[in-house]
Amino acid sequence: MLKLFKKGKEPEILRDELGRRAVIDIRQITKMYQMGDVEVHALRGVDLQIYEGEFVSIMGPSGSGKSTLMYILGALDQPTNGAYYLDGVDVSKLDEKQLAIIRNKKIGFVFQSFNLLKRTTALRQVELPLMYGGVSGRTKKAKAALEAVGLGKRLDHLPSELSGGQQQRVAIARAIVNEPAMILADEPTGNLDSRSGTEVMQIFQTMNREKGITTVFVTHDPWIARHTNRVIMLRDGVVVADRKVATPLVAGETERPSEAEELEGVFQEVYYGGKEEEYN
Amino acid sequence: MNFAEIFRIAVSALLTNRLRSALTTLGIVIGVGAVIGLVSLGRGVEEFVAKEFDAIGSNSLIITSQRPSSATRTRVDPLTMKEADDLKNPLIAPHIRDVAPQFAFFALVTGESGSRNITANGVVPQMLTVRNWNLARGDFISQADLDDNARVVVLGADMVEILFGDETIDPIGATIRINERVFTVIGVMEFVEGFGGQNDTVLIPITTAQTRMVENARARDGSYRVSSIYIQVTAEEATDQAKAEISAYMDEAHSILFDGEQDYRINDQSELRDFVLTLTVLLTLFLSMIAGISLLVGGIGIMNIMLVSVTERTREIGLRKAVGARGSDILLQFLIESLLLSLIGGALGIVVGWLAALLGTALIDDITLTLSTDAILLATIVSTIVGIFFGAYPASRAARMKPIDALRFE
Repeated sequence: MLKLFKKGKEPEILRDELGRRAVIDIRQITKMYQMGDVEVHALRGVDLQIYEGEFVSIMGPSGSGKSTLMYILGALDQPTNGAYYLDGVDVSKLDEKQLAIIRNKKIGFVFQSFNLLKRTTALRQVELPLMYGGVSGRTKKAKAALEAVGLGKRLDHLPSELSGGQQQRVAIARAIVNEPAMILADEPTGNLDSRSGTEVMQIFQTMNREKGITTVFVTHDPWIARHTNRVIMLRDGVVVADRKVATPLVAGETERPSEAEELEGVFQEVYYGGKEEEYN
Repeated sequence: MNFAEIFRIAVSALLTNRLRSALTTLGIVIGVGAVIGLVSLGRGVEEFVAKEFDAIGSNSLIITSQRPSSATRTRVDPLTMKEADDLKNPLIAPHIRDVAPQFAFFALVTGESGSRNITANGVVPQMLTVRNWNLARGDFISQADLDDNARVVVLGADMVEILFGDETIDPIGATIRINERVFTVIGVMEFVEGFGGQNDTVLIPITTAQTRMVENARARDGSYRVSSIYIQVTAEEATDQAKAEISAYMDEAHSILFDGEQDYRINDQSELRDFVLTLTVLLTLFLSMIAGISLLVGGIGIMNIMLVSVTERTREIGLRKAVGARGSDILLQFLIESLLLSLIGGALGIVVGWLAALLGTALIDDITLTLSTDAILLATIVSTIVGIFFGAYPASRAARMKPIDALRFE
């Protein structure tokens, strides 16, 4: 199917020091929106390589351009300038129909709000990408994906019959069922309580570790970012930091510190409520 | 992405909003039902009219007098018995089987228990076959009655009740008075379907009418006048030849030199039949156009609901696109939804129209409403077009939606 994309000069596929191929290779990407009369420069020249098997977080405050970058990485939007090679294909040159194929074959999305279809069983949800991809043996593959996220016994459940964590696991199964080049997750634990969040994070880590699935998290939560292997920080449309995490946290092994602990040392002695011992 | 899958998605989307789907469908049900019902009604009326005309007999012609349309002639020569006799001659008009002159006059008819002013008719025995009439009881006027100028009368079907107060009475042998002259009833006509007013008249021998009932019934050439001449053609296909033969003869008999000077007219039942049928076809068309308007409204209802549905399901569309749905997949999905709505509506509409036709048949005498296959075909085609036409815009809106806008939508 990718004959379509292999016309013209093949890009040189970058490799890192371990010899891993670059799944994502972004070169000098800019993105400009026209908001009325105002030009908004959401991305001002981003260079980025993510190699196969990496587990990366993209961080940044609101307005930093991280959402824009995510949409471009996800082939949901096109950069204004620059090139984006996804698994060797220059996505920035594709039309809408080809982008749909790229999204189907190369990218698995996981959203903060799950985005499951109403009144559709878990199995059908997971079959969806296979269906649009025209893949055969859907039921078998969808079942396998659901089993991989621990929902092998919930195939016929509707979203309304599943907990938030389970719903997100259905979404993860949907993301991996087509064996994409990468999983792109937008605040995947943002709508979950901490226990479900930990569960979901465990699944991502397991899949990355055991199956080598390239995973990109978009988050503003430093705690989540600490679970990944590499953190890319964006501010005002440019990459301000791109660092390896020294010792990534393993989900479930460390208790998340409370906000009070995180903000330790910034308070005055006066307090207005809460338990006194929280501050000691 | 195969068609069956998209079809399944569309069905489940419609089932998700059952009430809404049902109400949307209702618009089409009413529209299609109205079209089917009214077309059936129109067809029923057409059939009724055709049947009525067939009762009169489509292979008959009537010659009557008329004022010439041309200014070059103002004189109107009456039709005469001689002309009627001549037209009977196969050498003059080989395509005429039989001829029946009629002499009409106004009369006050009085019976035992009632009287009425009517148009009475002097007729000949052949009138019975030429006009396809039947006797309910008694005998018709015979050649002997004609020869004797007999004072005998055959009553139209409605006259028994008018003259004797009860339609079940057997009036044979009773006497009535026509313009103060006494006649003996010898027969009663069967009720005649149609518009000719044949049921409230009395029939007497034409010779009696010409000699006893009016002052002077002779034309200038000495032959008796008649008011009209009924002609039975040898076969329906021979109508045009028979007309030509009659024209040729009558033009000569009435010294007609130019077209437009004709002081007679040949009325063709099939012409009138065709005219009335055209009217009923127009009526049908008109009624179905009105019904078509409700179908249009139903279609707009579909479009409205589809637009709401597209907006409501923006996130769903975004998700589908994110997992690889192409614009064409989305387009097809929504198009099938609207098509399903309108086709289900169409199918139910056919049932409703059919029930309406059954009801109409039960309520309206004489008219049978039939559900024609072409009406069903039309309803199906029209609802398909409605579904595609009114679904196209919402579906293309859904298909063109940008995935990021759709995913951001709250």
